[in-house]
Amino acid sequence: MQYWHFSETAYPYLPPEGTYDSVRVTLPNGVVDPAKAAALWDRYLDEWQIADECGINVMINEHHATATCMDPAAPVIAGILGRITTDARILVLGNPVANRKDPVRVAEEMALVDLLSHGRLEVGFVRGVPYEVSAVNSRPVQMSERMWEAIELIQKAWTTHDGPFNWEGRFFQQRHVNIWPRPHQQPAPPVWVTAMTPGSAARIADNGFVVASFLTGYEGTRKVFQAYRDRLADTGRPAPGDDRFAYAALTYTGRTDEEGLEGARKLMWYVKANKVPFEFVQPPGYTPYFVRAAGLAGQKSAYDFSSLTLENLIDEGIVFAGSPATVRGQIEKFHERVGGFGHLLLMGQAGFLEHDETVRGIRTFADEVKPAIDAMFSPHGAGV
Amino acid sequence: MLTLVDSGDGTVVGRVDDADVVLDVHTSGTGPTLLLLHGVEGREADAAFVDALAERFTVLAPSHPGFGLSPRPDWCDSVEDLALLYLEWLERQDLRDVVLVGLQFGGWIAAEMAVRDRSRLGRLVLVDPVGIKVGGCADRDIADVFAMPRTEVDARNHADPARHGPGDLTRAPREQVLHIARNEEALALYGWEPYLHNPRLRRWLPRVHVPTLVAWGAQDGIVDVGYGRAYAAAIPGARFEVVDGAGHRAQVERPDTIARLVAEHAAVRAGAH
Repeated sequence: MQYWHFSETAYPYLPPEGTYDSVRVTLPNGVVDPAKAAALWDRYLDEWQIADECGINVMINEHHATATCMDPAAPVIAGILGRITTDARILVLGNPVANRKDPVRVAEEMALVDLLSHGRLEVGFVRGVPYEVSAVNSRPVQMSERMWEAIELIQKAWTTHDGPFNWEGRFFQQRHVNIWPRPHQQPAPPVWVTAMTPGSAARIADNGFVVASFLTGYEGTRKVFQAYRDRLADTGRPAPGDDRFAYAALTYTGRTDEEGLEGARKLMWYVKANKVPFEFVQPPGYTPYFVRAAGLAGQKSAYDFSSLTLENLIDEGIVFAGSPATVRGQIEKFHERVGGFGHLLLMGQAGFLEHDETVRGIRTFADEVKPAIDAMFSPHGAGV
Repeated sequence: MLTLVDSGDGTVVGRVDDADVVLDVHTSGTGPTLLLLHGVEGREADAAFVDALAERFTVLAPSHPGFGLSPRPDWCDSVEDLALLYLEWLERQDLRDVVLVGLQFGGWIAAEMAVRDRSRLGRLVLVDPVGIKVGGCADRDIADVFAMPRTEVDARNHADPARHGPGDLTRAPREQVLHIARNEEALALYGWEPYLHNPRLRRWLPRVHVPTLVAWGAQDGIVDVGYGRAYAAAIPGARFEVVDGAGHRAQVERPDTIARLVAEHAAVRAGAH
């Protein structure tokens, strides 16, 4: 099992919730105190360094126009992590390639970070959450098609070494693709793609990429992973190892159950502070029209956790929290329920979980959960 | 889910990439041929207007690919595709002197048709059309319907939203909500970026040498009357009419008034204006 410390790098100092309509897209950036933002970035980077020292990998992501994530340019932070960490694998999960106008630029950014980190980069590609399309003016229709054309182009850019090639696709056109430098890892850095529903898994399986699922709980995750396994079986390919499967859960390990739950309550900011109106949650085309129709008719989204308690979220397998023994048990149970997985993405910082609390959670996990889990599931090489 | 038309019950309007393009086409009335291009409200929401037109015209009212019950071929993802598809259809039917009426988004399609090929057109009527850029970079000419609550969308679309709008969708018939969701998805496909306009279209509107009427809802909160005047001013000799008691979807709120304006305009001799 590989472990990845993840913070969404929020700016949590918000005005009273009743004074704004949305924490995303429309909240004015005048809310940001630049000095406070800089101080937050210092500590978030420190926390990734500490994870590295503890033998935990690091993971970052990217969002736009939102207080929930101050990283609108993942490659910048990935480049920094490439220099301030030493052993950790660095996972960008991910590059929102359905929303990036220039996939060749993404290929260049990732190749550069891979060099800067001496081959420690893992490249994730994501379609992007629905709120992103308004923030970056990206068409919510045909996103999957754009994402896959971009991935194909990026892969070709990484692996072509005999001069320029031509790309005139449906969504992207460039006549002389010849990226300099090329990635450190050969033939290319490992690739991850996120999937929240089983329908997205087949194409990820076809490419042999790592499939990552976020906060989908026992049942949702099992279905996604099973669809990946089924696809390989249906196409006559060998069954995948656990290292093809990743799951992100809000995780806080305390010295006691009480301390673990207290930390997890603070992580709940991640789900509770996400105040976003319907028009940004369900832009037309992001989901099939009949799904959005149900939303228009008043049905709640499956990913609306706002009414759930911490206990509900733990029961669903969306939060892992408690003492080391409790967290070990939760991970073990999750592993069994989803048919095995090899990467645990630890959303171990959110909102007002302060630096010392975050670090304590990382260290307790590394010292008291990781060794026991490693003993339980045979560890494999870091490279995936 | 909605059951879309297929080759059994739909109308073949063209053949592209060796495959028939099938649409849900509603034909009614008798008289000169009128091609009606709906907006995001969908043809079903324009029923009263269609009925009023059908008293004087043979009304051909398709649902555009991706809207209503019309399937959308994968290649069809731009307003130019729609414009060429409908021009192709007029040719296939060998129709002439067609009265082309475009409503809002459909007005944009109609304008794109008219700048390309006016040979089959006798008259053009645009009702609160989108499709052109009028103001500067920082001016939002067209309200962002994808970034506002439903109540605001309804208020901007209608002078009297309580009477003419779809209202609370949690109480609306399921079928109607499915239509709204499918139509909005299609609007996002064709019009997300550049937002509901073609930056080049206004430059070419002087090519519309067809007697043209531009009608505008006085209370249009999506595109204001000033935008409408600029639209009409770009089309040689176009007549501009403001209709009171109507928002963006003027034909929904004032079906008889708009139908009468269309009939009057169609009766004008070519070149008389």
